[in-house]
Amino acid sequence: MGRSTHALVRSASGSTGRTERVALAMLALLTLAAILVPALASRDPLRIDDVLARRLIAPLARDAHGSWHLFGTDRFGRDVFVRMMLAGRLSLAVGVVGSLAAGVSGTLLGALAGWCEGVVDRTITAVADVLLALPRLVLLLVGVALWQPGLATIVSVLVLTGWMGIARLVRTEVIAVRHRPYVPAAEALGATSARVLFRHILPNAIGPALVATTLGVGNAILLESGLSFLGLGIQPPAPSWGNMIAGGRDLLVVAPWVALAPGIALVLTVLATTLLGDAWRDRLAGETTGRVR
Amino acid sequence: MRALVRAALLFWCVLSLTFALLRLAPGDAATFLLPPGANASDAVRMRAELGLDHSVAVQYVTWLRESLRGELGSSFADRRPVRVLIGEALPVSVALGGVSLLLSFLVGTCAGLVQAAKRGSTTDTMMTLASVVLVASPAYWLGLGAIACFTYLASSWSMPMAFRLPAIGMSTPGAELHGVAHLADLARHSILPVSLLAAIGAGGVARYVRSGALDAMGADWLRSARAKGVSEPRVYARHLLANLRAPLLTLFALALPGTVAGSVFIETIFAWPGMGRLMVTSIVARDYPVVMGCAATFAALVIIANLAAEALLPWADPRTRS
Repeated sequence: MGRSTHALVRSASGSTGRTERVALAMLALLTLAAILVPALASRDPLRIDDVLARRLIAPLARDAHGSWHLFGTDRFGRDVFVRMMLAGRLSLAVGVVGSLAAGVSGTLLGALAGWCEGVVDRTITAVADVLLALPRLVLLLVGVALWQPGLATIVSVLVLTGWMGIARLVRTEVIAVRHRPYVPAAEALGATSARVLFRHILPNAIGPALVATTLGVGNAILLESGLSFLGLGIQPPAPSWGNMIAGGRDLLVVAPWVALAPGIALVLTVLATTLLGDAWRDRLAGETTGRVR
Repeated sequence: MRALVRAALLFWCVLSLTFALLRLAPGDAATFLLPPGANASDAVRMRAELGLDHSVAVQYVTWLRESLRGELGSSFADRRPVRVLIGEALPVSVALGGVSLLLSFLVGTCAGLVQAAKRGSTTDTMMTLASVVLVASPAYWLGLGAIACFTYLASSWSMPMAFRLPAIGMSTPGAELHGVAHLADLARHSILPVSLLAAIGAGGVARYVRSGALDAMGADWLRSARAKGVSEPRVYARHLLANLRAPLLTLFALALPGTVAGSVFIETIFAWPGMGRLMVTSIVARDYPVVMGCAATFAALVIIANLAAEALLPWADPRTRS
């Protein structure tokens, strides 16, 4: 395993920083709540009935049927907290799957570019450069314009527009270690190129790629919510933090909680992944330069 | 010179990409422009009129020539040339984004330097927290919050006029204002969008400047500057900032895509007739020529910004002068 991977493995087992522990705890709590709350809810969070008795109940209040709502209800009488956690499932899944897939494809393409050189390298680098010339949100908007809005579109567009940074990172790392003595040594011992690449070279690049992927999760969640807010992402009635905020847009005065609650969940999630990514990056920097910030 | 060739090549690739995506889009211009009662011969005539009956290669060359002349086709929705639509929207976005970007660097640099000077203090912690939260918050959510506070609550609590800010558009609808009054009206409408966009950008800049300044704190040249009796404000304003000039210039070019993203949401929330809003409304209407024209324009902006940053680098960092 490479040096950087050791740094991360050690961080997972031993001395974790305070920010890192807080971020991990926040993410764990959110994931747990996203899984459990909708499952344990007494009513289907998508069901709409007796709107007049249930709609726009303030947080911590009871509706006419006697059910209690932690964060109140929306204009259709649906519980904001339960919907928010159901949306959390979608947002977390889209963020994690989207950036993980982007991370894996970026790592593979970057490794391929750095390892093969020549035409392959030039082609991959050129495609990455072109895609990086467009702001990611613009690329995403073009993507959703071409396909029907929905879950599959969001994830594929996130992957298509998210691999370039990581590919560049991995390519640089691969080129940096390709001529180290242990590479010809492994080749002399009869290792195939695939084995040399995957066992001896890639592990060196995994650390930075993992950090970039972690930081990408928050970004992916923000982008998904943004598209859903614009009506181009997850379509109602399926809740997403973005389309829930959009639903509270004209209730800012009457029922501010409808837009406030999902926004807070969104900010906390993005904050936690960003802090986690930052903490890992700092540890990696400290490890490689022998200095701890 | 090489950078210029590279940028031109990149822009050519972007234009080709938009052409390819336009071809990929379901349905061509004729399907969108034909009236509901049209028959097959109408469709053939329309295709011939639009040049769609030529081969892909001919269409590609025509498209390239036309787009280099600034002709990006015409909107499916109202048949107005895309060039005109973008020409109306671009100044709005450039002004909104430009002013916000400048403000965010001004505020962010100052905040980062203050944090570095008072590292470890409560001020530093609070400012770090604020900048991290700003970076993690979606622009549209902050925008809604600002509208709730400064438009609705401010008027229902009858706050002084200075705190009651308009939430929609760039000017008071129906008001015939000229000269100074018009500018004052525009300024009042700009306060919320510009300050939100600037605040979000400033959060990122402040984090960057803080860590850059902290790295420089231990450097020998800073210690010798202090040792020869340079006053503390001058150490920051002159020595530290001069060394941060080059990375800040690079960050300026890198921050542009983020500003574009932010302005898409801010323009949508505050109903400003800029590029972001044009693009979003065109996507909803499946108006592909406008969508692709906007994308190409955004790409051109980013490429030009990168080129400018590269050209200015020798000024910012004398070590890169050859």
